[in-house]
Amino acid sequence: MTTTVTTPAGSAIAPRRRRADDVAGLGKARAGIFVAPALIIIGLFLLFPAVWTIWLGSTDYRLTGLQAASPEFVGLDNYVEALTDPSFWNSLWLTLIFVLFSGIIGQTLIGFGLAWSVRNIHGWTKSLIEGLVLAAWVIPASVASFLWLVLLDRRSGTVNGLLGTQGTAWLIDHPMESIIIFNIWVGTAFSMQLFSSALSAVPPSQIESAKMVGASGWQQLRDVIVPNIKGHILTNTLLITLWTFNTFTPYLVTAGGPNGKTEILSVYIYETAIPGGQLGLGAAISLIMLLINLVIALAYVRVSRGRTKR
Amino acid sequence: MTSTPTPTSTPTSTTTPPVAPPPNVRKVAANASLRHFLSRVAFAIVMTIVGVLFALPMVWLVLAPFDATPSLTLSWPDWTLDNFARLFENPYALRSIGNSLLLGVATMVIVVGFGALAAYAMSRIRIPGRDGILYGLLLLSSIVTGTAAMVPTFQIITQLGLINSYTGVVLVLAGGILPTVIFILKDFMDSIPKSYEESARLYGAGPFRILRDVVAPIARPGLAFIAIWTIVQVWGNFLVPFILLRSPDLQPAAVVMYTFYTESGQADLRLISAFALLFSAPVLIIYFVVNRRYGFRFHGGIKS
Amino acid sequence: MAGITATQLVKEYPGGVRGVDEIDVEITDGEFFALLGPSGCGKTTLLRSIAGLEAITSGTLVIGDRDVTNAEPGVRGVAMVFQDYALFPHMDVGDNIAYPMRIKRVKRDERRSTAERVGDGLSLQGLIERRPGQLSGGQQQRVALARAVATTPDVLLLDEPLSNLDARLRLEARTFLKELQRDLGVTTVFVTHDQAEALALADRIAVMRAGKLQQIGTPREVFQRPNNTFVAGFIGSTPMNLVPATVEGGSIAIGDARVPVPVGTEGLVRDGQAVIWGIRPEYLRWSPTEQPGGIPAVVSVVENLGASVLIAVHAGELKFQVVVPEDQEPAPGDRGWIVPQAPKTLLFDAESTQRIG
Ligand SMILES: Nc1ncnc2c1ncn2[C@@H]1O[C@H](COP(=O)(O)OP(=O)(O)OP(=O)(O)O)[C@@H](O)[C@H]1O
Ligand SMILES: [Mg+2]
Repeated sequence: MTTTVTTPAGSAIAPRRRRADDVAGLGKARAGIFVAPALIIIGLFLLFPAVWTIWLGSTDYRLTGLQAASPEFVGLDNYVEALTDPSFWNSLWLTLIFVLFSGIIGQTLIGFGLAWSVRNIHGWTKSLIEGLVLAAWVIPASVASFLWLVLLDRRSGTVNGLLGTQGTAWLIDHPMESIIIFNIWVGTAFSMQLFSSALSAVPPSQIESAKMVGASGWQQLRDVIVPNIKGHILTNTLLITLWTFNTFTPYLVTAGGPNGKTEILSVYIYETAIPGGQLGLGAAISLIMLLINLVIALAYVRVSRGRTKR
Repeated sequence: MTSTPTPTSTPTSTTTPPVAPPPNVRKVAANASLRHFLSRVAFAIVMTIVGVLFALPMVWLVLAPFDATPSLTLSWPDWTLDNFARLFENPYALRSIGNSLLLGVATMVIVVGFGALAAYAMSRIRIPGRDGILYGLLLLSSIVTGTAAMVPTFQIITQLGLINSYTGVVLVLAGGILPTVIFILKDFMDSIPKSYEESARLYGAGPFRILRDVVAPIARPGLAFIAIWTIVQVWGNFLVPFILLRSPDLQPAAVVMYTFYTESGQADLRLISAFALLFSAPVLIIYFVVNRRYGFRFHGGIKS
Repeated sequence: MAGITATQLVKEYPGGVRGVDEIDVEITDGEFFALLGPSGCGKTTLLRSIAGLEAITSGTLVIGDRDVTNAEPGVRGVAMVFQDYALFPHMDVGDNIAYPMRIKRVKRDERRSTAERVGDGLSLQGLIERRPGQLSGGQQQRVALARAVATTPDVLLLDEPLSNLDARLRLEARTFLKELQRDLGVTTVFVTHDQAEALALADRIAVMRAGKLQQIGTPREVFQRPNNTFVAGFIGSTPMNLVPATVEGGSIAIGDARVPVPVGTEGLVRDGQAVIWGIRPEYLRWSPTEQPGGIPAVVSVVENLGASVLIAVHAGELKFQVVVPEDQEPAPGDRGWIVPQAPKTLLFDAESTQRIG
């Protein structure tokens, strides 16, 4: 019966390091091999670009010409240039407005409003509303932006038809408002879904006790609902801020125009670095963007930590 | 326009008509219920406007491709399938859909393959600081977004000579998606009982054997979810192929869609509308099927 | 076939918990050996160390005549049935049973026929094509057993194999397991925290507590002559009565009562020594009338066990449990005497808790 065992006793005795909690007998070396390809790809194409930005941002790298072949170290020149350039500040300001109105206010409020109003509905109306909002989120960005170009068209756009404002060039007269509404349309699904699940977790008994003492809808919202979903509101706000800050999709609608009126930071970087060819300067602005992202992400980590601790 | 559904008319339907209160409190209550009623109406109107806003572009997306003479104005179509016939004759359109599929599948293979290996090792071996690494990676992927890293990525890919090649696009996309995937899959693998592997191990199966015979089949639902999710992510991604690919032949549908309506002088609406629907349909279908089957999940939801 | 010898076996978990602490045990070839102890005492750890699923911290382990202390689990010739059975959900019963043979590169046809033969032996006819999810708990357990024995291992390890079955099925499976083990003659180590199961099945029992061995012996030895008060209290369907007592002038003083010094401990105790006097409830008799050597007591609780009655009585400060035939059932509040069967009494040292004699 022992013939089933093929390994000679000698080799079995040879000490082998095995971890106590290594159920599959992987061993550290093999585990390393398993993890390596993924980590290499992440390292090369995610981590390294971030670090590389620091170096790139301190050179006069250009896409073409002499500086493409032998870029020179220029220290903080790019940062000085960016920070003294009014168009950078303009872009930052536009970004702030964009994030504030389309993300923090628009998506959050409308997302909450939708979640709130479909909460007690069942059946096809609920599916239809949720489906439409979700569909806007899911369809590819280039399709979404085309649909809005159609909708807002100057001569025969549906919006002008509905509002009786034939001939209004929304994208030229009100470019920022247009991309804000466009971005609300694209992104509200996330807030809606997040708040839907948050609202369904609010204990009905709390709402009912508020109703029993005669609280109005508004008072219920303020005294019961909001305190219960405070964490979700914060999470939602931070994630939405991060994503809205980083979105490039408005470029597909207005391409930053007219006259840079919708040149939010992501578009500004693109215009500077790729068509503009100033990779060094673009990298310097990218680094600023990365740092802002870092701050938002760290705030998010802090918030979610605090929440899990409680 | 008459065809536009008004989905958010429902809030009004939930408004309960004020019930006659006892006479002694009638006056006060009537005031309160009137205010209540008015605020419900205002709310309903706002929600209806929002609903119409969400519906309008979608209605165009669905109707225009079937209209013999689509225009920018929303109108009841003059039904036809000619637009699709025309689409299938356009060499760029079909090829770009194929390109999107190719990019999606290639990225998916890398992400699922390497992601599963890494997640498995991380789930089964206690590396010091493992959870820290995992959260660090997730954090990294949400900070280093496509937009924030577009300049260095573009420069590095240029230096590597991978510009205008699928290799570059796939690697960059995979790098951005992998952290989330590892995170989700590790969670999934953690939930697979270890006794399966231990049992296989007792019979002499080696680690690769165990992975192939036991872990992969059991993890299949998780892997399938990740595979679909990855393809959906890549399918809609515009920025990465937009900056890393040059030749029109290589462009995926996301970029071709954009060039269709920006570069052709007079936009061919029959072509574009059909293309937009064809390009959106797979993700819409996948999404709603997945949503139905598994419910809506975020999973750190990085949407780059 | 092979015996198992563990010498000074230690398994220390990261963090310093000793799951198994300096265990010496010798399990002979073909033996049905039970590891018994309360939850968390290290039974599973010892079993998994034998299987090779836990790396041994120190000590040696020999299976057959090979030192397998550091060997991979796959080469030890052991098979194991897990508590949750660990049947692969994506394989049908036949493939599950045949899986070990697949690893050993047995041909497909042979695999299938062996699987069917072993399955038949375990009354799994007609279930070969089913998935584990479509089987009852008892059937799953038999499939797990079939998979374990299909490659005729040297050692069969079972971790609480019956604990997932309901009470009735458990009795059936117990008999079944015993027969299977006898037919195969395979060395079997099986973990349980159910002392009745261990007494019923095992050739020998090892009682563990906090990683340490308390006693190894046949069911009879462990039941009749427990090494210490822990084993005495753990074994038996009703725990042994253990009461503090002192040695006084050639007899044992329990409260105000006097009982004779147990057989075999005369001369091993000195006057005034603090001891623990032990007797199983089954070996106490309840008498409503005064008896020589009886201890006066009052009945407080009466529990029906079916054919007999378990009564709790107070004798002054002390409490006893007594098993009484059903026709002699007293009522709560009744006064009477409890009478020990002298040869069945045991004496433990009060300090070391070890048995005297
Ligand atoms: N992976 C581990 N890491 C650290 N300590 C562990 C680990 N596994 C078990 N232990 C500890 O080792 C001791 C013995 O555990 P073990 O699982 O062997 O107990 P057991 O006798 O099988 O108990 P049960 O009857 O509950 O199954 C326990 O104190 C347990 O907490
Ligand atoms: Mg156990």
